Amino acid sequence: MSADPPGVHLPDAERALETLASSLLTGVAHDAAFVGIYSGGAWLAERLGKLVPGEHPVGFIDVSFYRDDYASRGLKTGARRSDLPFDVAGATIVLIDDVLYTGRSTRAAINELFDFGRPRAIELAVLVDRGGRELPIEPDYVGVRVACARSLSIVLSRDAAGRLSLGAEPAGGG
Amino acid sequence: MNAGRNPQLGPDGRLVHLLTLEGLPAATILSILDAAEPFASFGEREVKKVPLLRGKAVFNLFFENSTRTRTTFEIAAKRLSADVINLNIGASSTSKGETLLDTIDNLVAMNADMFVVRHSQSGAPHLIASHLLATGRSHVHVVNAGDGRHAHPTQGLLDLYTIRHYKRDFRALSVAVVGDVLHSRVARSLIHGLATLGTPDVRVIGPRTLIPARVEGMGVRVFHDMRAGLADCDVIVMLRLQNERMKGALLPSAGEYFKHYGLTDGKLALAKSDAIVMHPGPMNRGIEIDSPVADGERSVILPQVTFGIAVRMAVMSMVAGN
Amino acid sequence: MRIEILRGRVVDPVARTDRVEPVYVADGSIVAVGAAPAGFRAERTIEASGLVVAPGLIDLNARLREPGLEHKATLDSELKAAIAGGVTRLACPPDTDPPLDEPGLVEMLTRRARHANRAHVHPVGALTLGLQGTTLTEMGELADAGCVAYSQGDAPLPDAQVMLRAMQYAATFRHRVWLRPQDPSLARGGVAHEGEMSTRLGLPAVPSCAESVALATILALARETGVRVHLQRLSTAEGVAMVRDAKRAGLAVTCEVAAHHLHLCDVDIGWFDAQARFDPPLRGTRDRAALRAGLADGTIDVVSSDHAPVDDDAKLVPFGEAEPGATGLELLLSLTLKWAAEEHVSLPDAIARVTSAPAAILGVAAGRIAVGAVADLCVFDPASHWRVERNALASQGKNTPFLGLELPGRVRWTLVGGQVVHEA
Repeated sequence: MSADPPGVHLPDAERALETLASSLLTGVAHDAAFVGIYSGGAWLAERLGKLVPGEHPVGFIDVSFYRDDYASRGLKTGARRSDLPFDVAGATIVLIDDVLYTGRSTRAAINELFDFGRPRAIELAVLVDRGGRELPIEPDYVGVRVACARSLSIVLSRDAAGRLSLGAEPAGGG
Repeated sequence: MNAGRNPQLGPDGRLVHLLTLEGLPAATILSILDAAEPFASFGEREVKKVPLLRGKAVFNLFFENSTRTRTTFEIAAKRLSADVINLNIGASSTSKGETLLDTIDNLVAMNADMFVVRHSQSGAPHLIASHLLATGRSHVHVVNAGDGRHAHPTQGLLDLYTIRHYKRDFRALSVAVVGDVLHSRVARSLIHGLATLGTPDVRVIGPRTLIPARVEGMGVRVFHDMRAGLADCDVIVMLRLQNERMKGALLPSAGEYFKHYGLTDGKLALAKSDAIVMHPGPMNRGIEIDSPVADGERSVILPQVTFGIAVRMAVMSMVAGN
Repeated sequence: MRIEILRGRVVDPVARTDRVEPVYVADGSIVAVGAAPAGFRAERTIEASGLVVAPGLIDLNARLREPGLEHKATLDSELKAAIAGGVTRLACPPDTDPPLDEPGLVEMLTRRARHANRAHVHPVGALTLGLQGTTLTEMGELADAGCVAYSQGDAPLPDAQVMLRAMQYAATFRHRVWLRPQDPSLARGGVAHEGEMSTRLGLPAVPSCAESVALATILALARETGVRVHLQRLSTAEGVAMVRDAKRAGLAVTCEVAAHHLHLCDVDIGWFDAQARFDPPLRGTRDRAALRAGLADGTIDVVSSDHAPVDDDAKLVPFGEAEPGATGLELLLSLTLKWAAEEHVSLPDAIARVTSAPAAILGVAAGRIAVGAVADLCVFDPASHWRVERNALASQGKNTPFLGLELPGRVRWTLVGGQVVHEA
């Protein structure tokens, strides 16, 4: 886990998660499925599935095969099997990601979800919205908004006890 | 003496072509097997496709007929959204006097992105890859779908995938490869892969006419008695015996071959009780394998076919991105 | 033309001498070594300080590809290659198209070679008509036309009865028979030495016994018939041992090794490098060591180039489909020097393997530096290295596994019949 570089103040991840959970609580359908994007989004989906009351099946999605930077960066190693233990066709799905930035991962995830079936609706919940969108994508639920230099990536980490925290790294890791 | 470096690895060590498993680092082999895992669950999807190779042209160049292997590559490429063009070259250009490299140059001019090559000559895919490199077109990728007796690396990988699926740890296994090792590219690729992944005991079993010279140099033990060779092994890989070799100077008859080297329930009982039985297909029932074994609960021959598509998807998406 | 070659290190393989002294040439012959003949006035002086003055090289196995295979090479291109490599005399095998099985073809070839006025060419006539292995050629007529020996070239002679008859007939008239020991049925389909390498690469193999089985037949029939047999392109350790035993037993047999077999082995195939496709195939390291030792101890008499110009199209195919062979005339001196240096063989002994020894097998008075000898000479720089590159080769055949390598020995002047025919 990286310490904050000078000039970046990152909020507490657990606090942001509480905020996100309470905003979902008020807005989300009682049977909406929570689908986390690997890896940070998957941790969040697991936690939110317990925090938010209702019948929320939890699934995970790996967007490696749908990324638009495959041609320039090649296949990401360590891709995992997408696991959606419910019928995507007709479902209301809340797509969950750790950090919303350009919107490209969200685009890839939406594309992938449609290859499993035609959902009734897809909403987007993110822990951190750092602005800088390159696609017309906006979140429905946000934990915290952060301003951050383009040269940095914001990274969600999870320690052995399951506590989440935010850190910053030089950008470019993909 | 300019052929020291294997052309399948780029200057940065990344896999740009898949020509052989020999010399591939264990980490590369394992990363291919790992990449195949998510592809193995494609049955769950309504749309059995991912867009990784969308807009890419994959040419299946089969200089030697094999409907089955060509089909598995075709399915794999289509599931990656590639455009697949099947060329049965044996019947067209070579008979008009066009050389292998002429054919390649023409297809590159048609903007091919990947060649899946099956050829009766050992080393033909290496020749193509070296030619692409020498002519500055290394963005075009080559996947070996079987060359002569040399290599069948995607078959080797799917065999490794299958073994890992059922047996987990390569470093604690005894694997027996039975039959026509001399002519088998499947055997060579599997033996290289197992050696790289640290399998301590690999055996080849067959008559002296079908075991190649000094095969011990590849790190295997040779058995001519099948019963001794199968004793306590975890994995049995039966090789296909080609029709034209069943009768002649290599073997007197298919019947006698089955008597000595056919896998029956009786011989299978000599292996470990949880040993799995594999075969690259198509099987000759009653020649290398008895039907009760082929259809029995220890047989993983059909899962091999399913895994084969996932492994080929992994290989294609890995080389095309490098 | 009167030529003096000054301050060179004169190596005579017959007298086994190696000393710095001048050589004087007039009217095509060596007229003096050491002191100038009285009143000798040179029209040309060759300054050979630091260089070796040796007899011109004699190559027993160089394919010129004429007639019939001019897309691979021509007499003109290959005789240029010969003198560029210091080779002043060569024997060419009969496997042209058509084969050298009738006197008219042989006369035409020798006439054209004389007209080219470079290296001397000695055709080896076909042993059987069309090299078909069934009907004997008119060896007497072919000898009159200029053939020095009879062989099957690369074609097999599968019928031992025909081999026996051919040897009996040749022995009757004291013709020489040159054969390559390779059993065609054991070698059938093979493209690489049977061993770990062919097994790894899945290349159909030629076992060593393909050579020893054929050699056993040839040696037995030679003993039976008394014919003078010369064995070409020995490749295995077993073969070397068999020839050593046969010579010890007093059989009149001579033997050659191809220069590439002294330096390369099956491992050099690498990843299917068609440049390393030879027939017989490059053998194992043990075989290579035996060939090198056999050449040093005299079991093997001669190093030949096994020169085979192969066009690019014939190499740019999968290994098993590639045409065997490599260009060799311009590498013969360098590869022989390299062997000698690595095996600690003296320069006169090394030079003998490519001059006086092949001269004796050809039955010509050449391959020595002595007063009265024909002035076929090779003046080379033993210390200078050169890089084997396509554009450094005069041969039309540009394919060799030695491309890109630095080799010792650069030919500076080649003299044939007292004329400077090459200088670099």
